[in-house]
Amino acid sequence: MKYRTVAVTTAATLAATALLTGCGSSDDTGDEQAASGPASLTYWAWAPGLDKVADIWNKGPGKEAGITVTVKKQASGDDLVTKIITAAKANKAPDLVQAEYQTLPTLVSNDVLADISEEAGDAKSQFADGIWQQTTLGSDALYALPQDSGPLMFYYRQDLFKQYGLTVPTTWEEFAETARALKKKAPDKDLTTFSSNDSGLFAGLSQQAGAKWWTTGDDKWKVAIDDPATQKVADFWGGLVKEGAIDNQPMYTPAWNKALNTGKQVAWVSAVWAPGTLTTAAPETKGKWAMAPLPQWTAGENVTGSWGGSSTAVTNDSKNKKAAATFAKWLNTDPAALAALVKEGGIYPAATAAQTGGALSQAPDYFSNQPDFYTEAAKIAQGTAPASWGPNVNVAYTAFKDNFAQAAKNKSDFGTALTAMQDATVSDLKKQGFGVSE
Amino acid sequence: MSTQSLATGPRRFPLVPTAALLFGALYCLLPVAWVLVASTKSGSELFSTFTFLPGSGFTDNVADLTAYRDGVYWKWMANSAFYAGVGALLSTAVSAVSGYALAVYRFRGRETVFNILLAGVLMPPVILAVPQYLLLAKADMTDSYLSVLLPVILSPYGVYLARIYASAAVPADVIEAGRMDGGGEWRIFRTIALPMMVPGLVTVFLFQFVAVWNNFLLPYIMLGDDEKFPVTLGLYTLLQQGSNTPALYTLVITGALLAIIPLIALFLVIQRFWSLDLLSGAVKS
Repeated sequence: MKYRTVAVTTAATLAATALLTGCGSSDDTGDEQAASGPASLTYWAWAPGLDKVADIWNKGPGKEAGITVTVKKQASGDDLVTKIITAAKANKAPDLVQAEYQTLPTLVSNDVLADISEEAGDAKSQFADGIWQQTTLGSDALYALPQDSGPLMFYYRQDLFKQYGLTVPTTWEEFAETARALKKKAPDKDLTTFSSNDSGLFAGLSQQAGAKWWTTGDDKWKVAIDDPATQKVADFWGGLVKEGAIDNQPMYTPAWNKALNTGKQVAWVSAVWAPGTLTTAAPETKGKWAMAPLPQWTAGENVTGSWGGSSTAVTNDSKNKKAAATFAKWLNTDPAALAALVKEGGIYPAATAAQTGGALSQAPDYFSNQPDFYTEAAKIAQGTAPASWGPNVNVAYTAFKDNFAQAAKNKSDFGTALTAMQDATVSDLKKQGFGVSE
Repeated sequence: MSTQSLATGPRRFPLVPTAALLFGALYCLLPVAWVLVASTKSGSELFSTFTFLPGSGFTDNVADLTAYRDGVYWKWMANSAFYAGVGALLSTAVSAVSGYALAVYRFRGRETVFNILLAGVLMPPVILAVPQYLLLAKADMTDSYLSVLLPVILSPYGVYLARIYASAAVPADVIEAGRMDGGGEWRIFRTIALPMMVPGLVTVFLFQFVAVWNNFLLPYIMLGDDEKFPVTLGLYTLLQQGSNTPALYTLVITGALLAIIPLIALFLVIQRFWSLDLLSGAVKS
């Protein structure tokens, strides 16, 4: 609730009050009422195969409870957030939506998402704290259930590391040394690239360094994008780009695919879902890659950030919030549902118990040379640093792309770009009518 | 352009205009050629082989696309054909009637109506999508076939074009003669004016068909049910599957290629009416 009062628009405040009174008057009869059907729910989601997982529900537990879920597949991304908010303005939002963690504050401040802490709050123990906290937004409310996560890791070409006598870096200092050593031995190759297109990766790297970009206090937002932790990350990558130790071209372009496929780039800082991307981007190097923990700022630690990941949320427009919350909880905590999510959707589940064994007992096909891939990944995921998102992540992300693209291209100071990103985010928050503490 | 250069110097080859046109053609056709070549490549060939080297996977790509989620792609194509075909037909009918009325009848506020329409031509349909959504939501009609069809029926540009064409192609004398012979207004329009307006209306139909076929934002906002998506939206869901799933590039490229075939076919068929235009344009006025 504390979170809601931060939004200064009267609409949000009114809704919050309505919600408070709503919570007070509803009598708590537990699961029986939650499962009381019949209810027909629509679910906007983009993960492949979710319709098949919903079928399992519809034929099994859903049938018993009289709750039918229909998945309407959508395209993911910021556009979907806009679409959901527009639909909610017309009271036409679906019962359930798939939402990336960083979009939750935007959806909550637009009063789209319902508080389901009563129905699903007891699932807390099944998720890592850093993940769970992203769905509560640091309040007592619960706005979504975590579905998948994307802990950051270090991927490298095993064969080329051997060929050039490189060792896998465990700290960022070693990472820089490795980049320089490779440049000396093979000037036409790069360890990796700094991508000004991928704001999510930069956010994850900053989380690892301890950044908390958005926080609330005294009913005001505090934006700390230009904080010492993020500055450290920006200066580190800016330095490498400036001295030419790594490339400065964006990721996810045909040229980048080619660089990975031909071994021009020999490593990639990415998340647990990287095998899927590598399968299409660099099909000819299958079996030549290996995964290691993300390099650390302090030797011996086990901290990582997140890139991507999404959750299942219930909207305020839903006429069957309890039924929707029941489904969301089943989808993201039930072993059968999680196994189907992994199998059909290829997701990396956020629920800790599902991160090893079952469908994930085998390494991904692309990494068949590393049989303990998911055991290692689960260990890394334990150290996922918390992320703190605000109501205008999209603005910050756009500012990142604009300013860092310039800085990377000109190989100029990344610190200036970071300050510009901070300023753009703060001024947008103010423009939207949020209180911002300096 | 060529007649002009012929007049000034019959033997001179118009180098600069030809070069400019060639460049323009290349600029427009190169991306199409890329799609054509890329659709023949399998997933592993797409980014690794030379850009304009044809691959070996075209039939596999089409088969994969057809197999994707039980052939939902063809459902999208059928939806697109429905939205564009019916939408363009209705829009042409509305344009013909209103364009004719604006061109032929003198009534109070005619210029005002026309000026408002002109302003509508300048208004990009993109900015109308959200208000239209909120309006249709009030009528409880969103997420239906009608929600995409209704907004495209009135095309300011179509009405504008129909009026211009009607005032040029339907001589006032002919209408007057029809009235003298005792024909009702509707009959005059249907049997005399409408045939004269056909070439113009074909243009309106074609423009509107292409516009609806390529429309993205309106259906994007209106529709939540992916079974009702047109092909533009459907392909977008293949491209944006979330960060943990790679985009299905080969399917999207093949799908995009197949999606332009109906447009090309339509142009080839309808071209006949345009050459007819040249002949029928010889009406004295």
